[in-house]
Amino acid sequence: MAGNDVERLIRLLSKLPGLGPRSARRAALHMIQKRETVMEPLAEALSATAAAVRICTTCGNIDTSDPCAICVDPRRDHSVICVVEGVGDLWALERANAFRGRYHVLGGVLSALDGVTPEDLNLESLMVRAMAADVSEIILATNATVDGQTTAHYLTDRLADSGVSITRLARGLPVGGELDYLDDGTLLTALSSRKPI
Amino acid sequence: MVTDFRSYHAAVLEPAIGPVVLTGPNGAGKTNLLEAVSMLSPGRGLRRAKLSEMVRNGAERWAIAAQAETTSGPCAIGTGLSVENGVERRVARIDGQTVGPAALGGLIPVSWLTPQMDRLFLDGASARRRFVDRLIFGFDPGHATRANAYEKAMRDRLRLLKDGRSDDAWLTALEAQMAEHGVAIAAARRAWSLRISGALRQTRGAFPAAEIALEGLAENALATRPAVEVEEELTRRWRDGRGLDRHAGRTADGPHRTDLRVRHVARDMAAEQCSTGEQKALLISLILADARMQQAERGVVPVLLLDEVAAHLDADRRNALFDEIAVLGGQAWLTGTDRTLFAGLETRAQYFGIDGSAVTPA
Repeated sequence: MAGNDVERLIRLLSKLPGLGPRSARRAALHMIQKRETVMEPLAEALSATAAAVRICTTCGNIDTSDPCAICVDPRRDHSVICVVEGVGDLWALERANAFRGRYHVLGGVLSALDGVTPEDLNLESLMVRAMAADVSEIILATNATVDGQTTAHYLTDRLADSGVSITRLARGLPVGGELDYLDDGTLLTALSSRKPI
Repeated sequence: MVTDFRSYHAAVLEPAIGPVVLTGPNGAGKTNLLEAVSMLSPGRGLRRAKLSEMVRNGAERWAIAAQAETTSGPCAIGTGLSVENGVERRVARIDGQTVGPAALGGLIPVSWLTPQMDRLFLDGASARRRFVDRLIFGFDPGHATRANAYEKAMRDRLRLLKDGRSDDAWLTALEAQMAEHGVAIAAARRAWSLRISGALRQTRGAFPAAEIALEGLAENALATRPAVEVEEELTRRWRDGRGLDRHAGRTADGPHRTDLRVRHVARDMAAEQCSTGEQKALLISLILADARMQQAERGVVPVLLLDEVAAHLDADRRNALFDEIAVLGGQAWLTGTDRTLFAGLETRAQYFGIDGSAVTPA
């Protein structure tokens, strides 16, 4: 069997999301076999990132600078803030390259059963940001789950006095989707939020 | 095909459409087979058992595979228990593709009647509500999603109240979620009750005509007022009831308290006041009306699982049931200890003998 260090590496890898013990062993073996081309650059990247990574105190995004590159980018529209549950959602929106405003990462959603309270979320800084004179719209891009929608509703209530316009993402027919395959709930929402052409 | 399910190590049954009769002594494993069929629809099956309770002693997981005839053609359905890292999960496969168990909804609707349901009209409202909701799942797979969302928001709200958090904005947000999903649930139940009432009026012959009514805050309100107003009414009630709910540790009112009332039309009596035999007959009237309605509206007849039903009916009603099943033209599974109970079916049924969890065509 492999020595202690290798075992430890496999154990650590197997804790990563998407990896189990089997795939962790395969990944470890692959890295060991390609020590110079894969393992060492990876180790360097890991320690460099670990040393440099910061959480943006403005929006909660992950970057190597604080404030993050998005928050300081002058080409971005400072009047719109898009509120997301996690950094993964921010990345998804950035991948789509469709949003040119700034973000606010909540770091979770309200859930009494999981013990996640408003104090656990990155909320107070959002209230402060909403009060800024140049902000005119806040987009609530939380997930269409019970927790996500409860959080959106809660935010709407808390932001009511800020005077900014509050919007949420549309729900309904996915792009390229076929009506035939949609579940009834999605179809109903798509119908009730139809738009004139 | 059933593998390591309850008393079965492995069993294969290949019935065609039409009545399927399973006969055998007590404890032979007849109901286990019906339960296996019931697991081809979403939910916990006809015994409402835990997944781990369905595993054969000595085995770790169970599986059920079936070839089904659906409106969109033949389809291979599989479901079973998977254990990964100590977590038990129900898995489902449709035509070789792994899907969530909810995807089984609407594929083959399954309705059942078991001896445990004999007390349905006498027991608490929750069993009757579950009965109604299950019948609606067959029509409207979204009903289950809405019910789960409602339950989740309600549990979250109760937790907040119990923890003594009086965060008004959070509670309001949860109550808004409850109202949105709750009114959708009540609307689906109302739509179902109107449709099944139509089908119940076509009840003929030996089975008693039944009249049904849903009694619930939201269902009643929807009869006269638009959904938006009912949502407002519900949120207002929950807001005003926070103190009481905190004290009681439960949510006093809402679609989770709705009850189904059934009346025996000919006797002008509430179902719970009828004799045991009449109550059973009323239940059969309901199940058959639901099947007729599904056939008329969707062109699908639900698979009927009728456990020990024949033994409780007199000969007239037994034969009327057999005729009705034949007219519906779907698949119906019937169990009994004695083959003579099914004499009225004659050659219309396929017979299987069950003994010691072994299946033999009889």
